[in-house]
Amino acid sequence: MKLFPIRGGIHPDYRKEQTSEKAIVDLPMPSTLYIPLQQHIGAPAEVLVSEGDLVKKGQMIARNQGAVSASQHAPTSGRIRTVTEVTAPHPSGLPQSTIVLESDGKDEWAELLAPIADPFAADMHTINDRVAQSGIVGMGGAAFPSAIKLNLGEQKKLDTLLLNGAECEPYLTCDDRVMREFPEEIIDGARIMAHALGTARIVIGIEQNKPQAIENMTKAASAFAEIEVVGVPVQYPMGSERHLVQAITGLETPARKLTADLGIVVHNVSTARAVHHAVRFGRPLVSRVVTVSGNAIREPKNIMTPIGARIADLIEFCGGFASRPESVVNGGPMMGQPLASLEAPVVKGTSGILALTAEEINDNPTTPCIRCSSCVTICPCGLSPVDMAAHIRKDKLELAAKLGVMDCFSCGSCSFICPSHIPLVHYFNYAKGVLNDLERERNKNERVKTLAEARNIRLEKAAEAKRAALAARKTPSATTSAGNENEAKTTATTEEKVNA
Amino acid sequence: MSIAGINKSGPFAHASNSVQKTMFTVLLALVPATAFNLYLFGWPAILLFTVTIGACVAIEAGCLSLAGKPIKATLADCSAILTGWLLAMSLPPWAPWWLAVVGAVFAIAMAKHSFGGLGQNVFNPAMVGRTVLLISFPVTMTTWIVPHPLFSPGAPGLFEAFSITFGGHMPDAVSAASALGHIKTELSRGIPVTESIAHVPDLMDMALGYRAGSLGETSAILILAGGLFLMAKRIITWHIPLTVIGGLFLMAAIFHAIDPARFASGTFHVFSGATFLGAFFIATDYVTSPVTMKGKIIFGLGCGILIWLIRTFAGYPEGVAFAVLLMNSLAPIIDQYTRPRAFGRTSKGEPLPLDKDKS
Repeated sequence: MKLFPIRGGIHPDYRKEQTSEKAIVDLPMPSTLYIPLQQHIGAPAEVLVSEGDLVKKGQMIARNQGAVSASQHAPTSGRIRTVTEVTAPHPSGLPQSTIVLESDGKDEWAELLAPIADPFAADMHTINDRVAQSGIVGMGGAAFPSAIKLNLGEQKKLDTLLLNGAECEPYLTCDDRVMREFPEEIIDGARIMAHALGTARIVIGIEQNKPQAIENMTKAASAFAEIEVVGVPVQYPMGSERHLVQAITGLETPARKLTADLGIVVHNVSTARAVHHAVRFGRPLVSRVVTVSGNAIREPKNIMTPIGARIADLIEFCGGFASRPESVVNGGPMMGQPLASLEAPVVKGTSGILALTAEEINDNPTTPCIRCSSCVTICPCGLSPVDMAAHIRKDKLELAAKLGVMDCFSCGSCSFICPSHIPLVHYFNYAKGVLNDLERERNKNERVKTLAEARNIRLEKAAEAKRAALAARKTPSATTSAGNENEAKTTATTEEKVNA
Repeated sequence: MSIAGINKSGPFAHASNSVQKTMFTVLLALVPATAFNLYLFGWPAILLFTVTIGACVAIEAGCLSLAGKPIKATLADCSAILTGWLLAMSLPPWAPWWLAVVGAVFAIAMAKHSFGGLGQNVFNPAMVGRTVLLISFPVTMTTWIVPHPLFSPGAPGLFEAFSITFGGHMPDAVSAASALGHIKTELSRGIPVTESIAHVPDLMDMALGYRAGSLGETSAILILAGGLFLMAKRIITWHIPLTVIGGLFLMAAIFHAIDPARFASGTFHVFSGATFLGAFFIATDYVTSPVTMKGKIIFGLGCGILIWLIRTFAGYPEGVAFAVLLMNSLAPIIDQYTRPRAFGRTSKGEPLPLDKDKS
C-alpha cells in the first residue's frame, strides 16, 4: 500500500525490547480494587451500589449519565466496602469518588447480557447500546467513550475504520502483545465496529517495529477482503490519530474538524478487542493489558490487570523497584503523566506504568535557547515552538495563540529534541490551559450579556404592553379592555419580580 | 512504596544532544582548516589565535560576572570559544595582539552580552568584531602576508613571533595582497580583470588554501570538509551554505559572461576570500539566522548576492562580514514571513476546506 509522509517527528530510543517478548500474564487478584467513577472523558458515572452490597464480576456498579460518560462494572466478585474519595491516577494526586470493592477470591461472573447472535445482522443501535452498556472507552489512552464515536456513522458519511496499532510511544508493548496474542478477537471486533459505523473498508496501521504483530494480524485478516493491515514507518508521533490518517490516506484533517469529516474513524486495537468481548460474550470492560517497564522495575511485564488494581500492586508483581525511580509515569514517556502516588488505581486508559531512572529520562538544567530550529523542523503540527515559547515566557499568550499554540497536541517532540532542555511542551500546556480559561470566561460573559439583553427586551415589551393597556383604558372598548387589563396585570407583576 | 514525587512534567525522555555538544562539534569541524592555516602562517598566527580565544573567554567571564550569571556553567557551553575561534579566523594572521582584544570586546561584550547573552544577539558576534576592526583599523586589517609555513626557511621562530604579535614589529617585505584586493586595486587603476587575474594564485592553490588571506579562511577544501562533517552530524543543513555559494556564484557568473573585463568569474569569487568559511560557519550561526527551511534559503541567497555586490561595487574588496550582518538584521522578519504551514491549515492560517461531498 502506498503510504504518505507526515511532517517532522522524532526517533526516540524505543526500548520496547524490555517487554516486547514477554507474554501477557494475569495479575493475581488483589484483595481490594478501587474503581473510580470517572475513568473517561465526560461526566462521572452514577453509583448503583452501596456499602455492604455483594456484587459479581461484570455487574454494573455505576451507570453512565449525561451525553458523554461511561459505566463501570465490578472487575471481580466481592463486597462493596465503601464509596469514598481515593487518590486519582493524575499528576495532582487529588482524590476522586471511587468504589472500593473487596474481592471474595471467587472471581464469579454475574449473569451477563446475552451475546448478540449475529452482530452483522443487528442494526447499529443494538451494537452501540451494547458497547455503551459494557463501559467501553478508547483504550489508547484518551479514554473517550467508544459508543459515542461509533455513533458517528449516523451523522457523517464514513468509508474507513482505521484501527490504530501504531503504539509509537517508547516502552509500551501492551497493544503489540494484544495484537500478537489475540489477533482474531481484534479482527472480529473491528468488523463489528465497521458494521456499526457503516464503513466498507478497514485499515489496521501498525508501526514496522512490530513485525510479529503485523504478521499475526495479517494472517487473522486474510479471510476478509475488506481488511488491510499496513506497516507504517517508525516515527513518533505516528500514533496520533490525525497523523496516522495522513500517513495511510494522504488526507490532512482540517483544523477544528474530526477525522470523521474525512470519512475516517480511528479506534485503538484493544478497543476493538473489548467490543468483541462485549458483543460476542456480553462481557463488559473490566480488565486491560498494562505494560510495566522502565529500568527501575526489577522484572518488566505485560500484565492483564483488573480495573481498579493499585499501581503499587502491579509494581510489586514485577518484583518491585530495582533502584529508586526518578519518576513514575502513567502512560508512555512522551505524553504520559507523572504519578503522585502509587496508591492510585489502574483505570481503563492506563496503557503503561513506567518507573524511570534519571539516566533514562536524561533531564538537564535548562540553558538559553540558541535558536537551533530543531523544534521547528520536527514539529509534526507545523508550528514554531521557539517563537511560541518566547511569547509565552513574556506572558503574551494572545500572540502565542496567533502562532497556533491551540493546534499543539502536546506530543512533546520539541521538548525531546531541544538541545537547551527547554520544557517547551510544558509552556504550551500552560498557555493552552490559561487560554481555555479565558475562552470559558469570555463565553460566560457573552452568555450573561445575551441574558441581560433578553431581559431588557422583555422589560421593554412589558412596559409597552402597559402603555398599550393604559391607552386602551382611555378609549374603552368592551371587547378588548378585559384582556388588556389582565395582560397589564401580569406584566406588572413580572416587572415587579424582576425589579425586586 | 514511595516515589520521589513530581519534580517535572513530560516528556520523560530526551535526545542525547546539548548546546555544549553542538558547539563542540562545530569546533571540531573547524580543526582541519585551522590547523592547516596555523601551519601555513606559523608562530605569529598561533599566538594571535590563542590571544583571541583567551580574550573572548575572559571577556565572557567578565560580562557574566557583571550580569550575575553563573560563570563556570555558562563558559562550559563553549560559545565564547567558538566566537573567539571564528574571530581569529577572520583576522590577518600576523596582526598585533591588541587588535584581537579590541575585536573580542566588540564581539563578546557589545554584540553578545549587551543584547542579553547567548541566544539573544541579533548580529553574529564574530562578524561584528571583525567589521568594527576593519572600519577602525583598515590598514592593520588588510596587511596580508604570503604563506610562511612553520619551520620553513624564512618563517619566524617563536621568539620572533612574540615580537610580531606583541611588539608590533612587522618584518618588511612579507606582505602580500589578497586575491580579491589585488583585483580591486588593479581595476581602480584601469587594469581589466582579465589581466590582473594572471597575478593571483591559480585555482588549485586557491582551493587548497596556499595563498594570502585571513588566519582561517584560505583553505576552501578543508573548510568544505568541516562543513560536510557538520551536515553529516545534522548540526547544519544544506540550505544556507548551498544558497550562499550558489547566490554568489550565479551573480558572478552572469555578470562575468556579460563583461569579463570588469567582473571576475564565478569560480574565482567562490574560492577567494572567506566564501566557504562564511557559507558553512558564519552564515549558519543558529542564533542569527532564520529558523525555517524556506527562511534559510532566502537568507543564504541574500548573503550570496550581497557578498557579490559588496565585493564588486563597494569600497571593500571582501564583503562576507557585511553581507552576513545585513542579512542578520533581516532574519527576524524573514522568520515572520516564512513560518511553516500548520497541520490542517492553509498557509494563511485558516482551517483547510473540506471536500464538499463529505461534509
